[in-house]
Amino acid sequence: MEKDSKRMTLDRRQFMQAAGAGLAATAVAGLPFAAVAQDKVELLLWAWTPDTQVQADMFTKKYPNISVKVENVGQGGPHYVKLRNAIQAGTGLPDLAQMEFNSIPSFKQLGVLADLGAAANPVKDQFIDWTWKAVSDGDKVYGIPWDSGPMGLLYRNDVFEKNKIEIPGTWDAYSEASLKLATDAPGTYMSNFGVSDAGWVAAVLWQAGWRPFHTEGTDIQIKLNDDIAKKWAGYWQKLIDAKAVDTKPMWTTEWFAALDDGVHASWVTAAWAPVLMQNSMKKSVGLWRAAPMPQWTAGGTVTSNWGGSTFAAMTTTPHPEEAALFATFMGSDPEAAALWNSKQFLFPVLKSLIDDKALMGAPNAFYGGQAVNEVFVVSENQVDPSFEFAPFQDFVNQTMQDEMSASIAGTGTLADAFDRLQDKVVAYATDQGYTVS
Amino acid sequence: MPDAVATRRRGRVYVTKSVAPYLFLLPFMALFIAFLIAPLCYAFGLSLFKTTMVAGTQFVGAANYLKVFTDPSFWDGVVLLFKFGLMQIPIMLGLALLYALILDSGRVYGRNFFRIAFFIPYAVPSVIAALLWGYLYGPSFGPFGQLAEFFHLPKPQFLLDGTILGSIANIAVWEFMGYNLIIYFAALQAIPQDLEEASSVDGATGLQYALRIKLPLIMPTVIVTIIFSIIGTLQLFSEPYLMRNLAPGIINSHYTPNFYAYTLAFTNQQYNYSAAVSFVLGGVVAVVSYVFMLLANRRAA
Repeated sequence: MEKDSKRMTLDRRQFMQAAGAGLAATAVAGLPFAAVAQDKVELLLWAWTPDTQVQADMFTKKYPNISVKVENVGQGGPHYVKLRNAIQAGTGLPDLAQMEFNSIPSFKQLGVLADLGAAANPVKDQFIDWTWKAVSDGDKVYGIPWDSGPMGLLYRNDVFEKNKIEIPGTWDAYSEASLKLATDAPGTYMSNFGVSDAGWVAAVLWQAGWRPFHTEGTDIQIKLNDDIAKKWAGYWQKLIDAKAVDTKPMWTTEWFAALDDGVHASWVTAAWAPVLMQNSMKKSVGLWRAAPMPQWTAGGTVTSNWGGSTFAAMTTTPHPEEAALFATFMGSDPEAAALWNSKQFLFPVLKSLIDDKALMGAPNAFYGGQAVNEVFVVSENQVDPSFEFAPFQDFVNQTMQDEMSASIAGTGTLADAFDRLQDKVVAYATDQGYTVS
Repeated sequence: MPDAVATRRRGRVYVTKSVAPYLFLLPFMALFIAFLIAPLCYAFGLSLFKTTMVAGTQFVGAANYLKVFTDPSFWDGVVLLFKFGLMQIPIMLGLALLYALILDSGRVYGRNFFRIAFFIPYAVPSVIAALLWGYLYGPSFGPFGQLAEFFHLPKPQFLLDGTILGSIANIAVWEFMGYNLIIYFAALQAIPQDLEEASSVDGATGLQYALRIKLPLIMPTVIVTIIFSIIGTLQLFSEPYLMRNLAPGIINSHYTPNFYAYTLAFTNQQYNYSAAVSFVLGGVVAVVSYVFMLLANRRAA
């Protein structure tokens, strides 16, 4: 069973990190005719999203002199470990690599991400604004987005109806529903507090206004334990103390089963989750629905993002122009982008696809015929673009997971976990030579 | 023809006497240097520097080592492994010894079957073993949890703060008991048969023969297995690494020193410090093994 949970974790990884696009009804402006080599060029791309070679071959069809070989060196963590080892060794880097949004600052800091601006800037207006902001710095572009994960709420219609719970529009209502469900239906939880995945924590806090990092060169502001974090910690601590929220480790078989069995009545999650759920659940077909992410103020329209990926070119590539052209193609070519959505089931980053009513409005039987993507389309346009990840996000995620999980297991409160996190991250950043303020 | 013989003989004498052993050792030495000594030297070199994101690489001498000596994340892991070893090694070796003596007593049918049955877990890769036990320990999925639910008993919690070390120790016992059993069994088989006849002539019971004669005779083997177990314990990595998914609140990223070294290198990008941690761990292993040998020898003497 544990093996299963591994597999599911990988599935979710796959979903988290890829791009999507629809049957591009809207014409997308052609790629710039860059000065492409007349000789044959072969590019190497490290990516783990399944069938990436299909899109790469579409590129070669259009630019016959450039062939692209896709290698899967591992999903998520192992992929980055191999990249870092190649950087450390000074040899063995591919020409391009899949790069999640939250990894871009780290690799940019290592100086290995090439500026794709010349090829990419002409198509920047086609991308959802926040995705472009996450990969660019002025005219410099460090990765081409092709997959995103705007947040929403998936919930069990059957459990909500049976216990007379309204769809919570605000976090206050969500808290009340959690307490009500704990009283009315012991053993059933409104949600699982998933601190074993730091990506989830960051996404939910992102919406609350948490901005833990701001980096300028070697100066970094770190405020992981600010008032917003403390307020958020207090919100969940109350529910944990009241036993009104479950605290299972995420991505385990037990956790998937809890969603499928109706033990967890809802999950605040990203746009890649609906397909993941559909592929992992057997019993709850037709019982799920999607709703907007709960808001901190009534009538608010702020959401955030969890996951999503880009293609980045390495500064070490001997073919920077071809690499930039390829990365741009992969994100913005109408046919390739459409395939990300229809073949790999990823959530789009192109405005033309987000606005494609036929594509995003397709009803889904797993969700009782609801067009779930429409909910996430609204969310995609509400993602607050001002969030910054740290240039050492892996360390932050690891420490966050350690400290918050320790709090759940009984070591102090969640608020204490944020204090410990702040201390450890400041110590690390200082040790790495940053000027911390 | 005679010339040829003479040449061959001369050649043979020359090679055999002085060069031959080294020629035979050459492949081993080449691999030993390429894959052990050279990486160790490289790692030691790494541990004397400090590479940071902002300031680049600097020579820091022993600074990384000094930091290890005051790093609670490292020493907490070492203390944990001492607890783990004090619990797990006696149980594992005690059981292995007991079963080896029973199998060797000649009173058990299907001796070969049991020998293989005990040994099979050792042949299971530790990754698979951890996954398997992870399933068995699962509170709502695992058979123990389901059984408890069926009888309306409280579910056993194998993955909580107080129990998880025992749960991991149980996996290690399951994995390595058979391996040690085979070693003991082989040592017991080497004891000459006439000792048993002599002892029974002197009126010793089977139990007395096992405890007073066989056990002392295989004591050197027992000591070797204890040292192997100490080394194995201090290098514990894959079981906690794989169980982390199930109990992330208890198994943190520096749960055991080896796990800590892994996290430092591959998550935190602190290769230099990670190398220093690895060397200090190597030192701890050497010291503990040596102290145990000293104690064992003193008792024997």
